[in-house]
Amino acid sequence: MDEARIARCGLSPRLWLAGGWLLLALLAAIFAPLIAPQDPLAQDLMLERLPPFWLDGAEPGYWLGTDSLGRDLLSRLIFGGRIAFIVAFAAATSACLLGSTLGLIAGYFGGWPDRIISRIVDVWMAFPPVLFAILLVAVLGTGLSSVILAIAIIDWTRFCRVIRAEAMGQSRMDYVENARIAGYGRVGIMLREVLPNVVPSIVALLSLEMGIAVIVEAILSFVNLSISTDDPTWGSIIAEGRLSIHQAWWVLVFPLITLILTVLSFSQFGEALKTRFDPVLR
Amino acid sequence: MSACLDIHRLSAVLPNGQRVLRSVSLTVQPGEVRALVGESGAGKTMIGKAVLGVLPKSVRIVEGEMLIEGEDLGRLDAKARRTLIGARTALIPQDPLTALNPSRRIGPQMTDRLVRILGWSAERADQRIRQLLDEVHIRDPERVLKSYPHELSGGMRQRVLIAAAFAAEPRLIVADEPTTALDVTVQKQILRLIAQLQRDHGTAILFVTHDLGVVAKISQKVSVLYAGKVVEEAETAQLFAAPQHPYTRALIAATPRYTDPFASLRPVDESVLAGLAAEIAAADKGWRPSHG
Ligand SMILES: Nc1ncnc2c1ncn2[C@@H]1O[C@H](COP(=O)(O)OP(=O)(O)OP(=O)(O)O)[C@@H](O)[C@H]1O
Ligand SMILES: [Mg+2]
Repeated sequence: MDEARIARCGLSPRLWLAGGWLLLALLAAIFAPLIAPQDPLAQDLMLERLPPFWLDGAEPGYWLGTDSLGRDLLSRLIFGGRIAFIVAFAAATSACLLGSTLGLIAGYFGGWPDRIISRIVDVWMAFPPVLFAILLVAVLGTGLSSVILAIAIIDWTRFCRVIRAEAMGQSRMDYVENARIAGYGRVGIMLREVLPNVVPSIVALLSLEMGIAVIVEAILSFVNLSISTDDPTWGSIIAEGRLSIHQAWWVLVFPLITLILTVLSFSQFGEALKTRFDPVLR
Repeated sequence: MSACLDIHRLSAVLPNGQRVLRSVSLTVQPGEVRALVGESGAGKTMIGKAVLGVLPKSVRIVEGEMLIEGEDLGRLDAKARRTLIGARTALIPQDPLTALNPSRRIGPQMTDRLVRILGWSAERADQRIRQLLDEVHIRDPERVLKSYPHELSGGMRQRVLIAAAFAAEPRLIVADEPTTALDVTVQKQILRLIAQLQRDHGTAILFVTHDLGVVAKISQKVSVLYAGKVVEEAETAQLFAAPQHPYTRALIAATPRYTDPFASLRPVDESVLAGLAAEIAAADKGWRPSHG
C-alpha cells in the first residue's frame, strides 16, 4: 500500500512536469523585469525578424528571435505571462467562488433554490461562450478588469453544474442523514459534511478553469479586445505572429507552444491535485 | 413513567395515495429492546425514519402520534423537535461505510456531536469517546481516531458507529439492520456488543431486522410488520412459544435450524399470503386519516 502510494503521488511525473512548468512560468512572470533579457517594448528596426538562437543570423541576447518591429520575443513572452497569470487567478477564482457556492446550494437544498439556479444555468449555457465573452467585453469596455469579469460571468456555470451534481449525491448519503438526526442545521451540514467531499472536484475545476481563462484571454487579445495598452499578451503576440508567418514563423510558434503548455499543465495539475485532496484515492 | 417511545396509530402515504404505514402502534419502554421484524419492503425503515424525523420528502404522515418520553413530536415546532430528537435518540445504521463521512477523520466526526450539539468541552468529549471505544473493544484508539473511514474494516466502522451512538447517552437508539452489511463472523460479535452496551447503559432500542434468529437473541418484545401493518406483537419468548398470527408461524417455520437446514428454503404458504392480503384490504377499506 505504501509503495503504491508513493508511486501514485510522490513521484507522479504528471504532477511534477505540469507543476514544474507552471512554477517556472509563474516565477518568470513575477520577476519579469529582472529576468527578461531585453525591454519588451523596445523597437529596433535594425534588429527586425531575427531568428532564434540556433539559426544563422541570430544575435546573442535575443534567444527566441525578434518580431517584425525588432522587439525581443522571449522578453515579450515573459511579460505576457504576467497578464496571463493575473487573468487566470482572478477570473478562475471569481468564477469558482460564484459557481461553487450556487452549485452547493442548489445541489444540497434542492427544491426551489435548485429550480431557480438550474434555470439560470440553462439560460446561460445557451450562449456560445466565446461570442458571449466578446459581447461582454464590448459592453464592459476593454481592459484587464473587464476581461476578468467577463470570464467569471461566463464560466461560473461550469463550477455550478459539476458541484450541484456532486452535492446532490452527497445530500442522499447516510452521514448527512445522521447529522440531521443529531440536530445540525442545514447550513452547518452543507459546510461540514458536504463541502469537504466536493473540495477535490472544486480544486480540479479551478485549475482547469485557470487554463481556460488563459485561452479566453488569448482569444480576446487575438481579436484585439483585451488589454488596450500595448503591453504584450500571449494572444496579441500570436495575432502579430500570424501576420508574419512566412517571414518569421517563430513569432507565431513560440507563443503558441507557451500557451498550449500552460493550458495543458493547468488541467493536468488539477487532476493530480484532485487525487491528492481525496482521502479515498490518496 | 411514560414510555421511551410511544407510536400511536401512525399512518403514512406516498404521493400516489398508497399507504406505506397502516395505523402502526408500538411502544418501547425505558431500557427495553423492541424488535421490529418483517420482510423487505414491509416499512421497518420507514418507522425508524419517522421517529428520527428524516422521512423522505415524498412520504407524508397523515395520522397518528409519536411520543418520545411523553413529549408529542407533532406538537413541537421544527426546531424544538430537532433538539429533542438530537438529544434523546441516536441511530445505528445498516451500512457502516456510507454512514461515515469519507473525507473526515473518525475522531472529529465522533466528538463533533458532543461538542456542538450537547455543548460539552472538547476534553470531556474526547475522554468520553475514548471510553466508548474501549467499551466496543477497540484496542488502538489513537490510530482509529486519526483514520479516515476507508482505512478501517467494516466491523471496525460499525464498532465506531455503535460507540458514537452510545456516546451521547441517548434514551432511545434506533438500530436499522445493524449487522446485515457485515460478514457472518463479524455479525455475531457486533450483535453481542450492542446487547452488552444496551445492558450497561440501560438504553432502549428499537431493533429493526428481518432475522428472527436475531430477534430471539436480543429483544424482550417483538412487533411483526407486514405491508406497513403490525400483524402481531408479543413478548419475544411468547412469540416463539405460541405465535398467534399465521404469518408469524410461517416466518418462524422459515427460520433456519441446524436440525432442519432445508426449512429455510420453505416459502411462506399461499393461503397465509392470501389471508394477509384480505386483512390489509379490509383495514384499508373503511380507513380515513383521522386528521391531516
Ligand atoms: N424514498 C422513498 N420514496 C417512496 N417510497 C419509498 C421510499 N423508500 C422506500 N419506499 C417504499 O416504502 C416501503 C417501505 O420501505 P422500507 O424501506 O421501510 O422497507 P424495509 O422494511 O425497511 O425493507 P428492507 O428490509 O428492504 O430494508 C416500500 O414499499 C418501499 O418501496
Ligand atoms: Mg430497511
